[in-house]
Amino acid sequence: MSDAPAAFALQGVTFKYGDRVALDSLGFSILPGEVFGFLGPNGGGKSTLFRLLSTLVPLQLGSVSVLGLDLRLQVAGIRRLLGVVFQSPSLDRKLSVAENIDCAGALYGLSGHTLREARNRAMANAGIADRASDRVETLSGGLRRRVELAKATLHEPSILLLDEPSTGLDPGARVDLWDGLRRLRASTGVTVVFTSHLLEEAERADRLALLHEGRLVALDTPDALRATLGGDSVELRCRDAAAMAQQLLDAFQLNVRIIDGGVRFEAATGGMWVGRILERFPAEVRSITVGKPTLEDVFLARTGHRLAPEGGGP
Amino acid sequence: MTPVRPWLVVRMLAWRELVRFFRQRHRVIGAIGQPLLFWMLFGAGLRQSFRMSPGSGETFLEYYFPGTVMLTLLFTAIFSTISIIEDRREGFLQSVLVGPAGRWAMVVGKLLGGSAIAMLQACFMLALGALLGAPSRWLDWGQMLGMLSLTALGMTGLGFVLAWRLDSTQGFHAVMNLLLMPMWLLSGAFFPMPAWTGESPWSQVALHAVMRLNPLTYCVAGTRRAWSGVDLPLGYFQPDQQLCWLVAVGFAVALTLLAIRVGNTRTAGDWQ
Repeated sequence: MSDAPAAFALQGVTFKYGDRVALDSLGFSILPGEVFGFLGPNGGGKSTLFRLLSTLVPLQLGSVSVLGLDLRLQVAGIRRLLGVVFQSPSLDRKLSVAENIDCAGALYGLSGHTLREARNRAMANAGIADRASDRVETLSGGLRRRVELAKATLHEPSILLLDEPSTGLDPGARVDLWDGLRRLRASTGVTVVFTSHLLEEAERADRLALLHEGRLVALDTPDALRATLGGDSVELRCRDAAAMAQQLLDAFQLNVRIIDGGVRFEAATGGMWVGRILERFPAEVRSITVGKPTLEDVFLARTGHRLAPEGGGP
Repeated sequence: MTPVRPWLVVRMLAWRELVRFFRQRHRVIGAIGQPLLFWMLFGAGLRQSFRMSPGSGETFLEYYFPGTVMLTLLFTAIFSTISIIEDRREGFLQSVLVGPAGRWAMVVGKLLGGSAIAMLQACFMLALGALLGAPSRWLDWGQMLGMLSLTALGMTGLGFVLAWRLDSTQGFHAVMNLLLMPMWLLSGAFFPMPAWTGESPWSQVALHAVMRLNPLTYCVAGTRRAWSGVDLPLGYFQPDQQLCWLVAVGFAVALTLLAIRVGNTRTAGDWQ
């Protein structure tokens, strides 16, 4: 263990809503300066964990330490270290961008000259300096998220917590948001902790925790998680996926799955299978792709469940 | 790291209540329209049509006007706390709750902001009333504004206590109407409180008891005495001014403390 205390260190954290277990004996650490993601389907426990870490709900069982402070005993101290961006907006739509940021400043004890400096810096970092006097109700979703970010980073927190930061944003705004977060991390060394159910967003984490039904099913870098499946992922597109799956099983005894209308399987050397399949079924196959397994594949392999059954992936 | 300064939070939240009020045109129109309507009714002849009792000399303006100011104040004060439900629904509250300042600062800020809006409206109405005849002494103005401020604080406190656990504004309207109308009707604002004598029928005794227990009775009586400078005729109960002050201060302090206590509890909204 290194000398610097972990940004978050969890041990045996369990949380229940009545009889329903939302978090089940979670234990892991997040290092200072890391970009750390929680990936899981909706209802997997991400939101509860976010509420717990952001101090919105009290710790029930287990222990959490935040940069060496005990969540049970030192909540006020912890709150000053955290910058929180909620999934639902936390802005006052009747106030201007600058007024909203000033409200956040008051919450963290900033006023006068210090507040003005912090506000200008945060707005410049978030790229909203020219919108200072606009009412929030007139801004687009992407701009509002940037205001949220400026608000959450105003007091220069050591840890930035974000709940589903990309939800509701168009692809351009997602890229902008993450560029902003990367810049911020590079300049301040802030620890970034986020939840997501989007694969594309999860890829941005240095390390990723996969959550399913309140339990931690895997924790590693995205590359290492994919490597656990080994080899390649082969995907076929054809007219009748079910029939093709059956044929592949009969012909080659391959362990295939049908996902989103395509047929997929993992194999040590995917390239070899391309020739064999095309040779055997030249008429049926429309396209065939070989790639590395995705995080979705990892999640499926670990839990037997899809990450976003409703097709919420990017 | 900058130390947390709770009074900054109080000031910010109170200021925000006022800014939000002035930026919602329908609220401003309502706040000006209602006193204007009452004022025109007074001016248009109600003042001639009513007498407290034959020969008492007390006019409608003297008796009902302070009660009407109180009605306006009560409604505005208590309904200003609807904003806590909106803050929760719209998400603003969550960033306050994860902030490092104590919850008491959040509660006091909301209460002061709501009270300030109610006082602005009450002052507008008093200014209109002054055109029809008003107290001439500064002391009376001071007493009146003091009484009204304490009432406004107590009522925003009451509104906060009820609004904190509610998740819909409709629910708030229902609860408030159930509570607020009887509180106002039985405060002596609308009809004077019959004195309690040995021969009083039990219904009158009960009414008397309820009115005596109602803190607004004292707020209304104190405000009216400052406004008209005259006491009610014999046969009606009117608490003395010292008692009125004592109850008004107690009401404001108690409801503020209760609101802080309630604001420290977590609600279902934190969990969903």
